[in-house]
Amino acid sequence: MSQPLLQIEKVTKIYGGGFLKRGPVTVALQNLNLTIQQKPAEIITIAGESGSGKTTLANLVLGFITPTSGHIRYLGQDVAQMDKEELKKYRREVQAVFQDPYAVYNPFYRVKHVFDLAIKNFNLARNRQEARDQIEEALTVVGMRGEEVLEKYPHQLSGGQRQRIMIARAYLLKPRLIVADEPVSMVDASLRAMILDIMLRLRDEYGISFLYITHDLSTAYQIGDKIYLLYQGTVAERGDTVEVIDHPKHPYVQLLIDSIPVPDPTIRWGSRATTIDDEEMRVSVESGCRFYPRCDQRMDRCLESHPPLYQVGPGEHQAACFLYEDQPLAQVPEDNLAKERIPAAD
Amino acid sequence: MSVNFAHEIDERRPAGTDQVVLQVEGLKVYYATPTGDVRAVDDVTFQIREGEIVGLVGESGCGKTTTAMAILRLVQSPGRIVDGRILVDDVDIARLNERELRQIRWTKISLIPQGAMNSLNPVMRIKDQIGDAIETHEGRQPRQALKERILSLLSTVGLPSRVYKMYPHELSGGMKQRVCIAMAIALNPTLVIADEPTSALDVVVQRVVGETLLDVKNRLGVSMILIGHDMGLMAQLVDRIAVMYAGHLVELADVYSLFREPLHPYTQLLIDSIPSIKERKPLKLTEGITHDLRNPPPGCIFQLRCPHVTDKCRTVVPPLLEVAPSREVACHLYYDA
Repeated sequence: MSQPLLQIEKVTKIYGGGFLKRGPVTVALQNLNLTIQQKPAEIITIAGESGSGKTTLANLVLGFITPTSGHIRYLGQDVAQMDKEELKKYRREVQAVFQDPYAVYNPFYRVKHVFDLAIKNFNLARNRQEARDQIEEALTVVGMRGEEVLEKYPHQLSGGQRQRIMIARAYLLKPRLIVADEPVSMVDASLRAMILDIMLRLRDEYGISFLYITHDLSTAYQIGDKIYLLYQGTVAERGDTVEVIDHPKHPYVQLLIDSIPVPDPTIRWGSRATTIDDEEMRVSVESGCRFYPRCDQRMDRCLESHPPLYQVGPGEHQAACFLYEDQPLAQVPEDNLAKERIPAAD
Repeated sequence: MSVNFAHEIDERRPAGTDQVVLQVEGLKVYYATPTGDVRAVDDVTFQIREGEIVGLVGESGCGKTTTAMAILRLVQSPGRIVDGRILVDDVDIARLNERELRQIRWTKISLIPQGAMNSLNPVMRIKDQIGDAIETHEGRQPRQALKERILSLLSTVGLPSRVYKMYPHELSGGMKQRVCIAMAIALNPTLVIADEPTSALDVVVQRVVGETLLDVKNRLGVSMILIGHDMGLMAQLVDRIAVMYAGHLVELADVYSLFREPLHPYTQLLIDSIPSIKERKPLKLTEGITHDLRNPPPGCIFQLRCPHVTDKCRTVVPPLLEVAPSREVACHLYYDA
């Protein structure tokens, strides 16, 4: 088998508890494993509520922050050890689309500026005509035309249009992976489909994989191939998107899916939901299941150690919950998750 | 086109009483621009009854927030209320002066603005912020009585009493949003307007805040206008839905009938575009508002995106008419000749 496109290997990211300050540490991500194969291109959803580590993961992959431990490999090579040239190639082939289509633009520049900058930084074109052709092609992919938008200012465009331009900018660099951090959460519900459709087309026609980071399981259900559900920095459940959402196994995932408002007034939310107060979060860094305080099926067992991933369904459907203790363990390095300790804060 | 309304009455739940708490008639709000007025709200008429939650839905730029702001007379320049009446207890808010407005705001109608949870003062404790809202309107209060009142407000929205002494940064997003709900009901208003109260929250927290709103409504009998674009959330929370498109109210119906049988083509499109977690279906692609709001086309406002457009739609404006009990729609498809 060829090298995977991106391999995230036992990555842990801890914030706080620095050298001089002995503040509390926040384990944003703990022992995460994730692999994206080169072919076929896939849309991999990373889902979970705020504070689950989704954006930390995006920032790690994009190289904005470095992991506290573990490795991120791109085509077999550790991103942390790349030289300048390799890093530049990595930065070109792994692109980002962010949540807020209003904040990513400099309001003083016309829309074409975002394209010009990308072309200049990566020396994509030899002359103006070539640059123009490339921009035009990228805009066609997202269903827009250069003459309509390039000379406009960002405030003259709708949120959906701006987000499509951001995808066009990413496409311009011919990436192999796009990290899309909540790309539709600030776009109107009725216009989201347009952006999701572009993601599907980029996957199918241009072989671009996506790391689709979202808290919205219904859009993930519509377009995602694989899904990872994070809870406070650990994988609660993962597998094929349709399989996981149709048959959720982890109590947290069941709560998430149960909380999605059903667009039918005759089906109302069931029993009351519970959330956790901020100050109670992440007290159980080292031992026990992190979902314990909110879990309605908790057992004493859950306080002893963190549950490893168990095989709970067809394919790679795995859940980290002791309810499935009699199932076989997942065939991944996660086996030693329970044994491994987080470095102390000081 | 004929529509079957036969089975709709039985499921309707008793939504409040027949007492009207707010009557909006022919409201027009325009924003002045160098190239002409943008008609953000154009001839909108509806009423809110006691103890019901009405959802105001539509895409960005359709005028839902402007409608809410106009009800409180908070439209900022260059916007202005061009025409219309906003009646609360037979008093027309559109004609009041600033001093009279102050007596209505918060005591009769309160607002939970968009992103309210981020507008809490970061250097004031929760008790002082809620206390401020009360004392501004009712004058200085005895300390002990004020404390008890704030604590009971917090418990109404399901917050623990320790929140009383906390600062906003110590609270999660959902808790802050519930503090905002507590502030909105502090002076026992008859109507609360909540502008996208859950839009920046996770699903589970969104559900908790939504349940809090329902709880408050049931316990205090307050009426609410809930603004949003999430049709799923609307189905869960509201009694009636008003659908807006480009400044016009295109459909007004009770929530059960609307979801069972959306009449206006735009409502149908809104409901079709809800992503489902039950089945994977092809994505429904739509553009946003396509015409220039300064220069709306003659006839129906939705004609450029409508799949059923006829010649009549291009010339005659369809009025919002009652086509069945508690069902109003502005579409030529449903009017008898």
